[in-house]
Order: sequence, then structure tokens, then C-alpha cells
Amino acid sequence: MSSTTEIGATTFTTRSDREVEITRAFDAPAALVWAACTEPEHVPNWYGPRGWSLPVCEIDLRPGGSWRYVMRGPDGSEMGLGGVFREVSPHDRLVTTESFDDYPGESLNTMTLTEEDGVTTMTTAVLYESKEMREAVIQSGMQGGAAETLDRLAELLRTLA
Amino acid sequence: MTTDALTLTFSALADPTRRAILSRLSEGPATVKEISAPFTISGPAISKHLRVLERAGLIARGRAAQWRPCRLEAAPLKEVAEWADGYRRFWEESYERLDDYLRDLQRKEQGNEQHH
Repeated sequence: MSSTTEIGATTFTTRSDREVEITRAFDAPAALVWAACTEPEHVPNWYGPRGWSLPVCEIDLRPGGSWRYVMRGPDGSEMGLGGVFREVSPHDRLVTTESFDDYPGESLNTMTLTEEDGVTTMTTAVLYESKEMREAVIQSGMQGGAAETLDRLAELLRTLA
Repeated sequence: MTTDALTLTFSALADPTRRAILSRLSEGPATVKEISAPFTISGPAISKHLRVLERAGLIARGRAAQWRPCRLEAAPLKEVAEWADGYRRFWEESYERLDDYLRDLQRKEQGNEQHH
């Protein structure tokens, strides 16, 4: 794994057949990135794609503590997700389960922060319950810029084959 | 699409032979014999894969002739593609927003320090 990460670029890699790793560097110290990711007063300010809000954000930040988010889309539709923290090491490492109300399966997410010269690299390893789940996520579009409908379908089939 | 249907699609897509069959069918409908041609596995094994794909709604089979040609059903695959595309976009856009937010927080911190 590369040690230098370009700020602003999100990379998706596959570490094992059930894992996806998402890496991103931020121009901020680890303590601040940690706060932004773990405190209910901060998370709703950035979590989710543009146009989405986070009307529910409950975080009980301790091992065994649970968290619960509800996202609201631009069309008003809501999606809930949540999990239980397994490991909490401030500014360094956060391990939690995660499951979405509307999608099958649970994942185990391990977020690690590494600060160097004021730049913090966040690595989130997402371990899925099954490799089917991960394969579907990775191969069908996470890394490729797929076009619309049939173009995208053809692309999907090529990457799956 | 329900949760169960998405799970069914995922497990149907998990097998490389079934993905190859879908890839073949993306070029157009084909009979079981035509589908079997590039594979070394037996006809019954191919039929079993086709039944899994049919149950997941990924293919449909003609009723008319004894050939029962198979054709691709695009809808479930589109659902999976959209779901996966959404996943990637979710994190890219969230992190872009986090960038902006961290910048705001740091600016505020600096502002506070100057006031002291």
C-alpha cells in the first residue's frame, strides 16, 4: 500500500475477497478529523452525498456503544443505518459494525487515522459478511466510471465476466 | 427492489460461470446449446446455472419452441449497478464535504486564537 496519498483523491482497493478499503487524505490534524467523524455536532455537516441531510445522528462513542443515523435525500426519502462500536481509540482507530435498514448484510468497518506533517490519511477497511456482497460492490462500478443504462450494463457485464 | 431480491441477485452474480453466461446473453438471446458451447462443464450443470439466473430474474426463457432461447433481463443488473455506483459516489462526495468542513473548523480555530 502506498504511503503517500494525494489530498482530495479517494481510492478504493480490495485487500481480500470480502474487503474494500477506502483511503482519503485530509489537510487537517488527526484530532480534528476524529472529532468530525465521531461527534454528533460535526457529522451531520458532511456525512452523505451533496443534497443529503442527516436529521438523526446519535453516537454513543464507547466500546459496546451504538450509533444510529437517518439520512434524508433531496427527494425526501429517508434511509437509516447504524451499528455498534467494537473498539474506540481516540484520534487513531475506530472499529464498528454497520448495517443499513434497507440493504442486506452487515459489515465491520475499521477506520484508522495517520497524521504526517499536518495531513491526516484516513483508511476505512470495510469487511463484508460475504464475498458476494463485496464483489457486487467492487466489480460493478466502484472503480469504473460507468455510463447510463445499457452502456453501463454492458460495462458491468464485462467487468463481471 | 426488495432486500431479498437484491440478495438473490448478488448470489446469482457470485459465480463466474453465471457471469460468463450473462455476458454471452448481453450480445443477444441464445439457446441452451449455444450457451453451453464455450464451456467444458456438462449440459445439466449449465441448466442448473440457468435455473439460478432465472430465479433471480436475470434471464427469461422463451416458452414457444423446444429450444427455449434465453435472454437477458436487464432490470436487476441495473439495480445492482446503480447501488454500487451510489456507494462510490456516497464516499467521494461525503469526503469532499468533509474537506470543506475541516477547512471551516480550522479557520474558526485560527479566528479564536487571534481574538485571545
